[in-house]
Amino acid sequence: MKKTTLLIAGALAATLAAFAPAHASGTEKPPRVSWSFAGPFGTFDRAQLQRGFKVYREVCSSCHAMSRVAFRNLAEPGGPGFSEAQIKALAAEYKIKDGPNDQGEMFERPGRPADRFPAPFPNENAARAANGGAYPPDFSVLAKARTYERGFPWFLFDIVTQYQEQGPDYIHALLTGYADPPQGFPLQPGQSYNKYMAGNAIAMPKPLSDGQVEYPKGPDGKPAAPETVDQYAKDVTAFMMWAAEPHLEARKAMGFKVILFLIVFAGLLYFTKKKIWARVHDEAHA
Amino acid sequence: MSGHSTYVPKSPVMKWFESRLPLFGLIHSSFVAYPTPRNLNYLWTFGGILSFMLVAQIVTGIVLVMHYTPHATMAFSSVEHIMRDVNYGWLLRYLHANGASMFFIAVYIHMFRGMYYGSYKAPREVLWILGVIIFLLMMATAFMGYVLPWGQMSFWGATVITNLFSALPIVGEPIVTWLWGGYSVDNPTLNRFFSLHYLLPFMIAGVVALHVWALHVVGQNNPTGVDIKNPAKDAVPFTPYATVKDAFGLVCFLVVFAWFVFYVPNYLGHADNYTEANPAVTPAHIVPEWYFLPFYAILRAIPNKLMGVIAMFSSIAVLVFLPWLDTSKVRSAVYRPLFKQFFWVFVAVCVGLGYLGAMPPEGGYVIAARVLTAYYFIHFLVILPLLGLFETPRPVPASIADAVLAKHGGGAAAAVAMGAASAPSKK
Repeated sequence: MKKTTLLIAGALAATLAAFAPAHASGTEKPPRVSWSFAGPFGTFDRAQLQRGFKVYREVCSSCHAMSRVAFRNLAEPGGPGFSEAQIKALAAEYKIKDGPNDQGEMFERPGRPADRFPAPFPNENAARAANGGAYPPDFSVLAKARTYERGFPWFLFDIVTQYQEQGPDYIHALLTGYADPPQGFPLQPGQSYNKYMAGNAIAMPKPLSDGQVEYPKGPDGKPAAPETVDQYAKDVTAFMMWAAEPHLEARKAMGFKVILFLIVFAGLLYFTKKKIWARVHDEAHA
Repeated sequence: MSGHSTYVPKSPVMKWFESRLPLFGLIHSSFVAYPTPRNLNYLWTFGGILSFMLVAQIVTGIVLVMHYTPHATMAFSSVEHIMRDVNYGWLLRYLHANGASMFFIAVYIHMFRGMYYGSYKAPREVLWILGVIIFLLMMATAFMGYVLPWGQMSFWGATVITNLFSALPIVGEPIVTWLWGGYSVDNPTLNRFFSLHYLLPFMIAGVVALHVWALHVVGQNNPTGVDIKNPAKDAVPFTPYATVKDAFGLVCFLVVFAWFVFYVPNYLGHADNYTEANPAVTPAHIVPEWYFLPFYAILRAIPNKLMGVIAMFSSIAVLVFLPWLDTSKVRSAVYRPLFKQFFWVFVAVCVGLGYLGAMPPEGGYVIAARVLTAYYFIHFLVILPLLGLFETPRPVPASIADAVLAKHGGGAAAAVAMGAASAPSKK
């Protein structure tokens, strides 16, 4: 009986698989990157977040806003770990529009830690006008707003393996996925070819190149991390993941305690239940 | 079922209160002395789990509302404010969002359990129909709740689903305009969905009270499908037996819940919903939440829009008639060898429809969805009525106690006793 059911279920699965059309798009699956924040005990690498912030500041922020992140966030636990003094100095470098003042006029003042990152463009239309019609998305939650299709059966395994880094993997792949277009590939003016972009045509020009951002030097005088496109992409992606989920570390740390508590509690309840029900089972044997 | 309350108040204050409002007597007879079949398996703990989830959703929801702003220009930002700036806001929101999914996982297990053990059959028809009403209210609540973060999938999901009503002839378009409060999904839509999303859970709580009341009138079904005949032998008091078992089941369920909340909180959501709603940009694939996927697959399987809408609503409405569509006198699938196989095929078909609901409606996927949609209805309208007529069920034990003895005692004596007792006990 069980066999028949299995057979029918198997036949059904096979039918579904046979019906599934092959994906005929030219986009590649992003390669997996080993992120420090993946897995049940994942934490951000402070040095990496600081490097990623440097990349964001020197490269990305000329087009991409990060309006939901405040300067103070950079000093909060679970983040890049800047000191309060560093944040004060950093915020003061930005000009923040404030007002109206007593005269009813808007004015500019140096930033304070409580301010959020000012956007590079006053509005979406201005951003589009400066970027050939394309709108550079805000970085605040972008790492959670991007993903790629995992497909059957991988999407099921992802629950158990806790693979939640589709967004970061995609962004890292996109940043490193610029290539020469194949012969005859139609590109509009201002577009670039990217292996991982849906449709392979991307409006953002290749943003990173080797040696573009200077990394802090170690004691031996060499950069603390390689100044390569791949490393820049990893660092800025890790920073974006933190920006999108600033409480990730607190969440995972609490999760471990909660689940441990629940498992112990379940164990105690199991033995209590066994003891209480033993009376009933004894009666059954009587 | 439980008879007159056996609750005896001890203190004079309680005696005074009890003679004016026998509230504690009601609680005592419903959750302490209530006789529960002794052979219930862990699938029966999902009733308690669902009650817990309803309360958990209401509590987390009420706190979230203290920080949320239901306005088209501020909703998305207020959710991000909750995630970033509210103390443990990320925990509240992930509990609430994943709690909805856990609620549906539990309700689907609860419903399939009812189907497997024939819990909808006489005298539990009203109990079952109340359950279907709760399920419908849950679906409406969950759908409106998913609109509130005002992400891309919120907006476009709301647009697609409300647009379904436009398939109705003549009244369709006015109904859609009325639902939206305008000529597209916009701030008025968000406001009314927020209002209803706050209201409906309390309606669910009301129907749950009726559901539990009906349950306590007719008594619980059990894996044998045989009624309690001798409470002393067949049943155990709800407390401590069912209470401790439900508590254990609930805590195990919470481990799974916690896994999603703390480790894969966005697994069951959709990445597009982290992009703020934009009426000018349509997402490549508009996909509802996973718990709606089988019904979404049925909707898209039918080429005609109106017929698709009718098929989708019928696929839920047919559940109301299940007690009469199943013609078999035997409740439990344990004693129905053919039904048992068809049950598992039906489960596989539902899972298959769920998979197809997530796939783009093209090529082979559409054909597969049509085949499975047809089977879904054939199961209820053809297979179940005919099975009751043609299937030969295996002998049903005389009583719950006999079934337990046969299983645990394993002795020949018990089996003989069971065989001897089974003949006269047939009603």
